[in-house]
Amino acid sequence: MAANITYREALNQALREELQNNPDVFIIGEEVAQYGGAYKVTEGLYKEFGPERVVDTPISEEGIAGCGIGAAMLGLRPVVEMMTVNFTLLAMDQIVNNAAKLRYMSGGQFQIPAVIRTPQSLGLQLGAQHSQSLEAWYAHVPGLKVIAPATPADAKGLLKSSIRDNNPIIFLENEMLYGTKGEVPEGELFIPIGKADVKRQGKDITLISYSMMLIQAMKAADTLAKEGIDVEVLDLRTLRPLDAESILASVKKTHKAVIAEADWKSCGMGAEVTSIILSGAFDYLDAPVVRVALAEVPMPYSKPLEKAAIPTADDIAAAVRKIMGKG
Amino acid sequence: MSLYTERMILSRDQLIGMYQTMQRIRSFEEKSSELYTKGKIGGFLHLYIGQEAVGVGFISALKEDDYVIGSYRDHGQCIAKGTSTREIMAELFGKSTGISRGKGGSMHLFDVKRGFLGGHGIVGGGIPVAAGVGLAIRYKKTDQVVICFFGDGAVNEGAFHEALNMVALWKLPVIYVLENNLYGMGTAAYRASSIPDLIRRASCYDIDREQVDGMDVLAVREVAERTIYKTRTDKEPRFIEAITYRYRGHSISDPGAYRTREEIEEWQKRDPIMRMENYLKENSMITDDEIKAIREEISAEIQDAVEFSENSPFPSKEELYTDIYA
Ligand SMILES: Cc1ncc(C[n+]2csc(CCOP(=O)(O)OP(=O)(O)O)c2C)c(N)n1
Ligand SMILES: [Mg+2]
Repeated sequence: MAANITYREALNQALREELQNNPDVFIIGEEVAQYGGAYKVTEGLYKEFGPERVVDTPISEEGIAGCGIGAAMLGLRPVVEMMTVNFTLLAMDQIVNNAAKLRYMSGGQFQIPAVIRTPQSLGLQLGAQHSQSLEAWYAHVPGLKVIAPATPADAKGLLKSSIRDNNPIIFLENEMLYGTKGEVPEGELFIPIGKADVKRQGKDITLISYSMMLIQAMKAADTLAKEGIDVEVLDLRTLRPLDAESILASVKKTHKAVIAEADWKSCGMGAEVTSIILSGAFDYLDAPVVRVALAEVPMPYSKPLEKAAIPTADDIAAAVRKIMGKG
Repeated sequence: MSLYTERMILSRDQLIGMYQTMQRIRSFEEKSSELYTKGKIGGFLHLYIGQEAVGVGFISALKEDDYVIGSYRDHGQCIAKGTSTREIMAELFGKSTGISRGKGGSMHLFDVKRGFLGGHGIVGGGIPVAAGVGLAIRYKKTDQVVICFFGDGAVNEGAFHEALNMVALWKLPVIYVLENNLYGMGTAAYRASSIPDLIRRASCYDIDREQVDGMDVLAVREVAERTIYKTRTDKEPRFIEAITYRYRGHSISDPGAYRTREEIEEWQKRDPIMRMENYLKENSMITDDEIKAIREEISAEIQDAVEFSENSPFPSKEELYTDIYA
């Protein structure tokens, strides 16, 4: 049995099931309890599980992250909600210097089974301080795992796996995806961390993407199919550790790759993926790897400027056509 | 503490000026809320409606070359600092004639000419910046001051405590104004602070502090005159807590289920604009006709700002890549 539910509902189900499953799991963050979450992901959980399991906090990101980490050191399994990724910047020290390193520095004495959930968003005219994609920042750090699901099923399955994982996890949601619907199997659903997923089979070219851009990539693939270009779409889903095996398998099959990402190009996720392709499948390539990414600017507020900064399905399709010699 | 001894004496023009500015802010924001629902304005829109007396009371007591720093709830303070409603409305429209050339939006108004230093979207983000402005003022040995506005939620950020310690340690001419509107988003201030009495947050840094009724522009102005005078004279920081209330949701998309209608109505009875109007009338400083004329004038000004914004061009595509580096 599967139900057609939203990304938001899928996350909510995962949280509810894991709160039910393990008394050590608790949720902590700004507006997560009484308000039901700024984006309503934790709606209803405070009522069901009470104030000890679903904890409202002051606006104190560094403190909140630290609370999650300290509790995890003693074996609890906190799910920390940061209202948006922009505010994780205030918690950066706790995340990078503590969460990611305590296990290593202590010679393996601790594990930090904490999940930090947070939405990114682009394209809502929220301006430069509220529209940014920081996945590459976190994916840079050994000791962290970084997840960025695009579909409701992946959101649920990966969140449940993350909560059961014994490592600190940055779980990147997306404001643009919360309302999108998809089939989600009912009952227990675990999706392995570190495994990419072929979202569409194809033989001509590999289109690699994740999160919100995956939706655009799928749209581009639909358009291109009508033009006779058979695109394989690979959804990374986990950004650290990257699934090099799946990336290489697909590129070895199609001999061409385009990467569509919603972060800045310089030192962005696509740079790492390109490096994996070049070192593992160089001899298979028929064309240079091409990246479609965000304009390298702080996000402008003005609608037409913002539109020009964010890649669309059309931009992705154009990049593919060009490589295919049909542009 | 006896630096300021004289009572505040304001002329009729000054009093009416404050009334007009509050009315201008109110009309501007009511119009912008309407335009938001029509899709003319995007992103987040945080309205200052109800809190006008705080910004106006303080900023009207500043000199032109003093500085102001605000949060994302910044329209009122920017208007009070002298930026035209045309330039602010055009910014909300994302037009190239906007005060931040359409690049900032509602949360990021900046007007360097008039000493308005933003427009900060990260809670507490402006508080350390104000310390830096204070440092520069001291460095340049001018007699300017900077006022930094922030909310009850912001006092729980680490940045608040770091900055307060530094301005006190180094004696910087910074006036911190906590606008306690009782809520940070959906969280009542008392649910987020170990001490409900937020003014005490300044006491452990031993910063001179005072509380004021933020719904009464005359009370605010009096505290402002005294505070600004003291800081300008002795170069020491000050901390003011203004108790106030926002009538609307946190932002325009917040249904505000965490407050009762009765609570909102109770606060609206203390409306700062209405109170000032009554004060002016009771003291025979204004007639009903004059009030009507002021309202009409402001409403025409706002209408003009909207038309100006409508008719202004969007920034050109090239502007996407300008202003990244100096
Ligand atoms: C660091 C950070 N955390 C969270 C947010 C989201 N946020 C925006 S405003 C706000 C509430 C702030 O409340 P307060 O300081 O009382 O100011 P008010 O909105 O009442 O003017 C929150 C949580 C943010 N912008 N920045
Ligand atoms: Mg507040």
